Amino acid sequence: MTTRRLVLTRSAAVIGAASSGLLLPQIVRAQSDKVRVGFMLPYTGTFAQLGVAIENGFRMALNEQGGKLGGREVEFFKVDDESNPAKGIENANRLVQRDKVDVLVGTVHSGVQMGIHKVARDSGVLNLIPNAGVHVATRAQCSPNVFRTSFSNSQPTLALGKAMVERGHKKAVWITWNYAAGEEAFEGFEQSYTAAGGTIVKKLGLPFPNVEFQALLTEIASLKPDAVACFFAGGGAAKFLRDFHAAGLSKNIQLYGSGFLTEGVLEAAGPAADGVLTTMHYSDALDTPRNKKFRLDYAKTFKAQPDVYAVQGYDTGLLLVKGANAVKGDLSSKKALYAAMEGATIDSPRGQWTMSKAHNPIQDMYLRKVENKENKVIGIAQKAVADPATGCRMG
Amino acid sequence: MDFANFLIQLLNSLQYGLLLFMLAAGLTLIFGIMGVVNLAHGSFYMLGAYLAWFLASQFDSLVLAIVVGTLLAVALGWALEWLLFRHFYHRDHLDQVLLTFGLIYIFEEVRSILWGDDVHSVPVPELVNWSIPLTDNLSYPVYRLVISAVCVALALGLYLLISKTRLGMKIRAGAFNREMTEALGINIRLIHGVVFALGVALAAIAGMIASPISSVYPGMGSSVLIMCFVVVVIGGIGSVRGALVAALMVGLVDTFGKVLLPQIAGMAVYMLMAGVLLYKPEGLFKQ
Repeated sequence: MTTRRLVLTRSAAVIGAASSGLLLPQIVRAQSDKVRVGFMLPYTGTFAQLGVAIENGFRMALNEQGGKLGGREVEFFKVDDESNPAKGIENANRLVQRDKVDVLVGTVHSGVQMGIHKVARDSGVLNLIPNAGVHVATRAQCSPNVFRTSFSNSQPTLALGKAMVERGHKKAVWITWNYAAGEEAFEGFEQSYTAAGGTIVKKLGLPFPNVEFQALLTEIASLKPDAVACFFAGGGAAKFLRDFHAAGLSKNIQLYGSGFLTEGVLEAAGPAADGVLTTMHYSDALDTPRNKKFRLDYAKTFKAQPDVYAVQGYDTGLLLVKGANAVKGDLSSKKALYAAMEGATIDSPRGQWTMSKAHNPIQDMYLRKVENKENKVIGIAQKAVADPATGCRMG
Repeated sequence: MDFANFLIQLLNSLQYGLLLFMLAAGLTLIFGIMGVVNLAHGSFYMLGAYLAWFLASQFDSLVLAIVVGTLLAVALGWALEWLLFRHFYHRDHLDQVLLTFGLIYIFEEVRSILWGDDVHSVPVPELVNWSIPLTDNLSYPVYRLVISAVCVALALGLYLLISKTRLGMKIRAGAFNREMTEALGINIRLIHGVVFALGVALAAIAGMIASPISSVYPGMGSSVLIMCFVVVVIGGIGSVRGALVAALMVGLVDTFGKVLLPQIAGMAVYMLMAGVLLYKPEGLFKQ
């Protein structure tokens, strides 16, 4: 009987919590003297280091303001999203309903982002996306209270086409995992490459996260293209770079990719990655005074080298600082806050960027070449790349 | 696809199939003899790969790393059987699934604490770090051929062990009729420990020899686990011979599916499984 009673009480509690959430979508926020900032980031699992880098970067931007937002003290709340899409909504609600945060910063994984996105749209809480590039967040489901400071999945590849054709590579094979991020990256590639006059000979794919590339590499060899363009990330990217090289393909076929191909895996890929060309909005090796200062400060504070994720976290902080300063810390005056953030120009370590109407960065994409385990910047592949923001209607 | 390409793809599928067999053999062995569903099997593959990376960087030799790593894997398998698994032989499969599902998380966390979450690579041994040119722009890494050779050797060894040795006879007897075997004075607990350690070692060895071509990264175990189960189910649960045939079939279907029918590449293997189960509900070689 105890068990059954326990089950009953628990269900009652769950139903109670759910119904109060349903009845009160608009939470009355206690106007305390502190700004409540919630991090919903991965602190465990594959993306744990990304979550930490983003939080570090964000805190650094606030510390440069004496740790304050528009003159008000800041209180932080943290939830580990575990990169688990199944818990996305639940975790976002913990920050919004229980902790009553003014700002929700998150997250890395696109699937989890969709959970946050639903909560942000329903509750109206300000959501700053420091990484996840899922298209709809700033396209068909764009929202006045959702801002992205990183990239959309097709943005890096939108800059790829021109760079490839300029190098005389007019026939290319595309390869990626068959999942949302891969498809979205392909959209950018297809658009820019065909517009520049290139021909996509074949589009190859394999199920995510399958890393058995050998069959497709054989297929690439028989197609004899000028170049291969791809979207891979993480451990799979390291394996693809090595397999591509070991199959002897790198001798005659230039490999291109969305920049994530060569982020955080160059140590693992070794010489196999040498000469690979990628496009992205940042590189650790970016040789500007702004970036050098950022990297030095970050390394001093956190005793670790910053990466692109740290930069995105830092920019998220910069954006919030701009907004909060404009409304003198009163984050409840949303109209003025959003207007200030929409018009903001962010002086980022990646270079200056502005916010688009759909709340996604308009930013330069760098062309980078791997040399000695470093993404060396060899120029700007395309200036001021904007996401097409198809279907976005604010209001 | 011309004939040369066809042969190369055949080679690819053979090589993939043999590696899958290595992985699945341990799983099917443990299920066939002790009746334990081991979801943590993929974790042993991952631990093997991380061990290879860690030990190879310590000893500066992959071969030595594999020898030491195999011994460690045997010890781990033995200890796990003694501490946990032997208490679960008579329990429901659901209990076993819960136990081994929990182990997946524990191993991931231990890996994260010991070695961090970075992607690592294991250098291919110098001696076999070259490629054979096959066509004008494609070459085949010799190390992949070495992997296949090791897999064939292990498959042969496993066959001889089970069908030709005294230990193999006891193992088969134990799987066939546990009580009778015990009554004949054979220490079945010892046999179980040996078989479990062997299963763990097989998965770890697969991880170790595959590490130079697969890279070493968090979560690599879970990606191979599902394929392992597909192979075991197609081959007939508990049948090592079935696992070999099924692994080669999966290799073929996966490779040619990717090339010829890219739209359904993700499904091809599962369609094969559904097709086999339709005609042979207990797999190809049900014991």
